[in-house]
Amino acid sequence: MATVKLKNIKKTYPNGAVAVRGVDMAIEDGEFVVFVGPSGCGKSTMLRMVAGLENITDGEIEIDDRVINKVSPADRDVAMVFQNYALYPHMTVRGNMAYGLKNRGLPKAEINQKVTDAAKMLRIHDYLDRQPNQLSGGQRQRVAMGRAIVRDPKVFLFDEPLSNLDAKLRVQMRIEIKRLQRRMGVTSIYVTHDQTEAMTLADRLAVINDGRIEQMGAPIELYNNPATLFVASFIGAPQINLIPVQFDGKNLNSGDLQFSGFKDLPENTDLILGIRPDVLEPNNDGQLEMQVDLVEQHGAENLVYGALNGASTTDGYNTEICFKTDQNTQPAIDSVLKLHFDQNHAMVFNKETGERLI
Amino acid sequence: MSNINWRIILNHTILLIGVIFMSLPVWVAFSTSTHSAETILREGLQFWPGTNFIGTYREVLFEQGGVMKSVLGITMLKNSMILGIGFAIGKVIVSMLAAYAIVYFRFRLATPLFWIIFLTLLLPLEVRIIPSYEVVAGLGLLDTNFGLIVPLIASATGTFYFRQFFKSIPEELLEAARLDGATPWRFFVDILIPLSKTMIAAILIIMFVVGWNQYLWPLIMTTKEENYTLVIGIKQIYQILSEGGELPQYQKAFALTILATLPPVLVVLFFQNWFVKGLVESEK
Amino acid sequence: MKRVQFEHSTIPYLFIAPQIIIIAIFFLWPAAQAVHQSFLLEDAFGLSSQFVWFKNYFDTIGDASWRQAAWFTTVFSVLVTFLSLGIALLLAVKANEVIRGARTYRTTLMWAYAIAPPVAGLMGNLMFHPLIGDLYKFLNAIGWDFNHKLDSFDAGFVVVLIAVWKQVSVNFIFFLSGLQGISKAVNEAAMMDCKSPTRRFWTITFPLLAPTTFFLMVINITYAFFETFGIIDTTTGGAPGGSTNTLVYKVFQDGFRGADLGGSSAQSVVLMLIVLALTVIQFRFIERKVHY
Ligand SMILES: Nc1ncnc2c1ncn2[C@@H]1O[C@H](COP(=O)(O)OP(=O)(O)O)[C@@H](O)[C@H]1O
Ligand SMILES: [Mg+2]
Repeated sequence: MATVKLKNIKKTYPNGAVAVRGVDMAIEDGEFVVFVGPSGCGKSTMLRMVAGLENITDGEIEIDDRVINKVSPADRDVAMVFQNYALYPHMTVRGNMAYGLKNRGLPKAEINQKVTDAAKMLRIHDYLDRQPNQLSGGQRQRVAMGRAIVRDPKVFLFDEPLSNLDAKLRVQMRIEIKRLQRRMGVTSIYVTHDQTEAMTLADRLAVINDGRIEQMGAPIELYNNPATLFVASFIGAPQINLIPVQFDGKNLNSGDLQFSGFKDLPENTDLILGIRPDVLEPNNDGQLEMQVDLVEQHGAENLVYGALNGASTTDGYNTEICFKTDQNTQPAIDSVLKLHFDQNHAMVFNKETGERLI
Repeated sequence: MSNINWRIILNHTILLIGVIFMSLPVWVAFSTSTHSAETILREGLQFWPGTNFIGTYREVLFEQGGVMKSVLGITMLKNSMILGIGFAIGKVIVSMLAAYAIVYFRFRLATPLFWIIFLTLLLPLEVRIIPSYEVVAGLGLLDTNFGLIVPLIASATGTFYFRQFFKSIPEELLEAARLDGATPWRFFVDILIPLSKTMIAAILIIMFVVGWNQYLWPLIMTTKEENYTLVIGIKQIYQILSEGGELPQYQKAFALTILATLPPVLVVLFFQNWFVKGLVESEK
Repeated sequence: MKRVQFEHSTIPYLFIAPQIIIIAIFFLWPAAQAVHQSFLLEDAFGLSSQFVWFKNYFDTIGDASWRQAAWFTTVFSVLVTFLSLGIALLLAVKANEVIRGARTYRTTLMWAYAIAPPVAGLMGNLMFHPLIGDLYKFLNAIGWDFNHKLDSFDAGFVVVLIAVWKQVSVNFIFFLSGLQGISKAVNEAAMMDCKSPTRRFWTITFPLLAPTTFFLMVINITYAFFETFGIIDTTTGGAPGGSTNTLVYKVFQDGFRGADLGGSSAQSVVLMLIVLALTVIQFRFIERKVHY
């Protein structure tokens, strides 16, 4: 059980690449925190600094209020699950799980007990004497988890642990990881680029962009109340609809479209109107008009895609729009629909700075 | 589909010519070695084995004065074995340790030391043979196994094989091991050596062949007949045989060539897959 | 290098020490001595020596026999490299193509790797022996007035033939594994795009083999320069009249047989410089072209 604090953490690689540009965060005991962001944003670097696998260029990391910048990885009492599992290929499952305990000089009987317990918990008890290359992807994943669990660490670190699994297993393991963490109550940091994984796993979510935290909070808070354009577009699937607009003092304008009822916005500035797909609904009095070109049936719900008629273009292309509806609503291709949205659920961002204005 | 058949026939023809080109000389050497000196002088090289196999090889291997004044074939065989095995083992140990330091440690002199090691690849023993000889002679190491084997280890081919291999091992393995509390020595023993087993075997095989086949260095290093290896011995023998006034003993010369060829060839054939894998790993 | 490494102040030095000590004593020290001696002139009895600046170098380069050796080495290296690479590539392509007996072909074509160059030289020598050598008799029988003891072209022919024979198997192994390393999908895509096997080879396979070929060229030139020592020493011994001297063989002869230490050291140093220059050229100009 432990708290983890990052205090103005920075990382510059020896080759000059700046990966982390000053991150502050306090993780509470037993909390499950997920770092999410696009590839290359610095998530892994942050995690690896916590693990002690990378030097910290600047700032301090504390585990249980003890500064661990200079402590070796083995003495930090953290365990990590890697994307490619990093199992020792020449050791059996048992050997893999026991190796860290052996190095700590635990008595044999105790090691055996711990390995057996962890293996039972993960349902890999039958494979203890196999080598990693005799296991399926999902089983290897469990062994990697087992290796972390037996150590009884203060902190679990996960670096995209599910990325090498197929879609179905990924969902299954996601649920299992969450259950396990709940049960064991170990403070965990989990890195992923997959927003669904992030939303579903996190107690708290940190959206990372270019080495900085864009926003941190409960997943639903970030979904409903993104602080920036980046967070709004990164969180939520399907992605939020973004309509380029300008404010003329009374209305928001986009090409031939006008949206009234907005105020306190800067004039002559490029703005973005953001509307989540589930906020839109077909309605003959709607403010928007769309020409349908694709309907995706997901079973319980349908996603309808098309072009937004009359709007300004986005980067030279027709602005696209998507809304979510139930399985019975199935507009014909090329039909034209009016869509309505509740103004209270619309967001407005500064296009240049990404700042949320409304 | 008849043109496809022609293609197959052509392929096999080319390959068979290649096989004959590569194998015939050795076959002829073997066949000839089993005939008597008179037959060879009268009829020339032989394409089919004769009846003198046991006689010739026994004389060459075990009889004093069978080939040279004092040294027996079997002694030279033993010397070659010592050179091949000693060189292979020494090389694997030294180069594996060095490659481990280079790949897995950050230390101050890493770059200059790496370049020094790299330099040895470019400048083989042959270009600095005379000063090398003087150094070894100065240290009183002429005619010793140590003086014969250790200077050959100076060239860093093995280090580069291992470096290449270590670099191909996933990085996360070291990271996981560090989180598991492995010290540098434990990581080396518990993880790196077991993972390198195939590679070690392959390099042992390659280096055995390289060591066995050394020529120039043993030639200048050994002054006493009893220290001759087969590879350098046969040249002297060949000279003696063809200079002597009596009937030239060509069958013995051929028999010695076969003896010098057989052990490395058998090793390569027997461990073919490891050998090829290890050799090819050095590329890139 | 690895992203993550151990940081430790003494252990890496302990691990690397054996290699470095051996290199220092048996490589750096002799190499330094070679450079030092190359500036000295010894008297006839080796009792005293005198610092003569670059005299030994000028003597070396000005010496007609050295230039002859340099020329022979160049021609020899080019011939050996191209012939052995060409033959090996042909055999590797065929061995990769056939299905029946592929493994047997591989084995029988690669095992000559294990034969020492001087042993190959001796075998060749016996094949070309004026009394019993069938090749000698054969060449004379077809009207070639062949005598490698007297004729320098014939002597060159013998050493090139043996050197190529000895080197084909290494090249074959690398080419074959290079061919097997080309992904099946690429081959299948090529089959759909291009009907002619020959054209497919030159437009797809051969370019993909370029890194292997480059690597082998480096290996083969090194081989022709240095490792063929044993072949030359056991066949022609540089004869007739030094016409089959390679640079390495001449260093050896002048240093050991002729006891001209200063001159032989200067030759060594020049040879080192040539090798370094060749390596730099290969890496700078050729390698840049083979990346795909
Ligand atoms: N060892 C390294 N040396 C130099 N730059 C690196 C290194 N590792 C990562 N980077 C750079 O740092 C940035 C962040 O990398 P990383 O933390 O791995 O991103 P993420 O895990 O979010 O995809 C990237 O731009 C990457 O190129
Ligand atoms: Mg990452």
